Amino acid sequence: MLNSELQYHLNIEPMMKILVVDDETDVQTLFEQRFRREIKNGEMHFDFAFSGEQALKYLNEHEQEAVLILSDINMPGMSGLELLGQIKSKYFKPPPVVMMITAYGDAENFNTAKQLGADDFLTKPVDFTELKEKLKTLI
Amino acid sequence: MKDNSNIEANETEKQVLLVHDAFWKALGDRDVEKRFSFCAESITFIGSALNEKAANREEYIAINKKGVQQYPDKFEMTILWKRITLAGDFAIVETEVEWEMNFDGRIDKEMLRNSVVLKKTGDHWLIVHVHGSMPDYRLAGQNYMTNAETSKRNIELEQQVFQRTKELNKTIEILKSTQAQLIQSEKMASLGELTAGIAHEIQNPLNFVNNFSEVNTELIDEMKEEFSKGNTTEAVQLAEDIKQNNEKISFHGKRADSIVKGMLQHSRNSSGQKELTDINNLADECLRLSYHGFRAKDHSFNSKTETHFEEGLPDIQVAPQDIGRVLLNLITNSFYSVAQKRKQVGEGYEPMIEVATKNLGNAIEIRVRDNGNGVPQKVLDKIFQPFFTTKPTGEGTGLGLSMSYEIITKGHGGQLQVDTQEGEYAEFRITIPFKH
Repeated sequence: MLNSELQYHLNIEPMMKILVVDDETDVQTLFEQRFRREIKNGEMHFDFAFSGEQALKYLNEHEQEAVLILSDINMPGMSGLELLGQIKSKYFKPPPVVMMITAYGDAENFNTAKQLGADDFLTKPVDFTELKEKLKTLI
Repeated sequence: MKDNSNIEANETEKQVLLVHDAFWKALGDRDVEKRFSFCAESITFIGSALNEKAANREEYIAINKKGVQQYPDKFEMTILWKRITLAGDFAIVETEVEWEMNFDGRIDKEMLRNSVVLKKTGDHWLIVHVHGSMPDYRLAGQNYMTNAETSKRNIELEQQVFQRTKELNKTIEILKSTQAQLIQSEKMASLGELTAGIAHEIQNPLNFVNNFSEVNTELIDEMKEEFSKGNTTEAVQLAEDIKQNNEKISFHGKRADSIVKGMLQHSRNSSGQKELTDINNLADECLRLSYHGFRAKDHSFNSKTETHFEEGLPDIQVAPQDIGRVLLNLITNSFYSVAQKRKQVGEGYEPMIEVATKNLGNAIEIRVRDNGNGVPQKVLDKIFQPFFTTKPTGEGTGLGLSMSYEIITKGHGGQLQVDTQEGEYAEFRITIPFKH
């Protein structure tokens, strides 16, 4: 962990910073375990926001940091779609890639997210092998 | 026949009364032939009903025969009062007779006044005229009847009452089953609204179960690797993570389980069976279900939700599916109200729904509050009535709140109250008493 932080601060290697937005707090444990190697190696860094509002706050405070946002749609308060709309209408630097997680068979949300400018989609339940592939091509 | 009249009579009067009394006794014995042995050939009769009259012996015999057939098996005549008047060869005997008829246990008492005219013919006194009346019951213009006919009519009326009661009971049965069907369809309608929410609510924990178990498989492989390398510390750390993940699997498995159980309970006919229930849990479950159910119907809609659950509430005896139904109903109403307001007001309005619980010492209070349109004052006293709804046709059955009211007050001895300001807020407050 120290190693990865060191790498990050010294900016030795390009590290992908990912913001995961989901109201289910256990998502954090899941991602941290699923990507334990990547985190350990300093390839990826994950931050977590448990609501749309928290995510926006994070983005305002950490401009130029998160390159990829992975957001759930169905959340109390600000929904994933509202968050997506805000991100895409406001100018964050650099413009982050936003990947939306849609529930299985939810064509309506899928289409709305596409219209709002979502860069990619994942279907619940998240296939982590597929996600890893996608992330690696982004790096 | 009993005779309680007890009058004094001279010898002539005694002779007259002997004939007179025998004449009535024969009627009591249903002995028509004997009865007419005391009558003159030219006997006339006027009965207590307008159509009862006889101009000769044959007609009177016919009336008598018909009469005795109509009497019930048990009947008793009691002469209560008697008066005799002699006038040369004629004698008039007036009596008041109580008729007590027993129609299979139903006692019918009637009072008759009779006047009998006797004429001395040779050595005998023969009856020449009989007049019966029911003075106490005479109503102007009414064709009143003899005892037997009244009784017959009574029997007919009773049969009619019985028949109508049977029909009414049948109607009540139909109404009851219609009501049961309505309640069931209201439940199914609200279940339908919740289906999407339930699916979402089950999908999430199931995803966790699947994901964490996959992770564990990976971690176990890693742990094996570490062991083979002799890195015990690393391996133990991995074991710790696996254990933690396993707890998560178990937690989310139970979560899905309780949602399915909740759904089954909601759709099932409530037994009304009470069991110790964690009200905070139930309220939280209901809030989640209605939230997701509502969101599934209207993707564009969203609302903040807040819970203020008092910690350490005692589990209380309630019918969980019934209370759950009430909560789902109130919360769904709240979502409906804030969604309506959002459509009207638009941006700048932040929908908010709050569910709170509180221990009042001998009761638990559950509040469901929203900052929606509130309840208009003019319908406030109607909202708990069955079939009252402000929703457009097809959107509400109008049974939700009346069922809720019934469940809380009759089912749990509690109260369901509303506090509202039109255009501002609505707060429904449930109080359920409990024993320590």
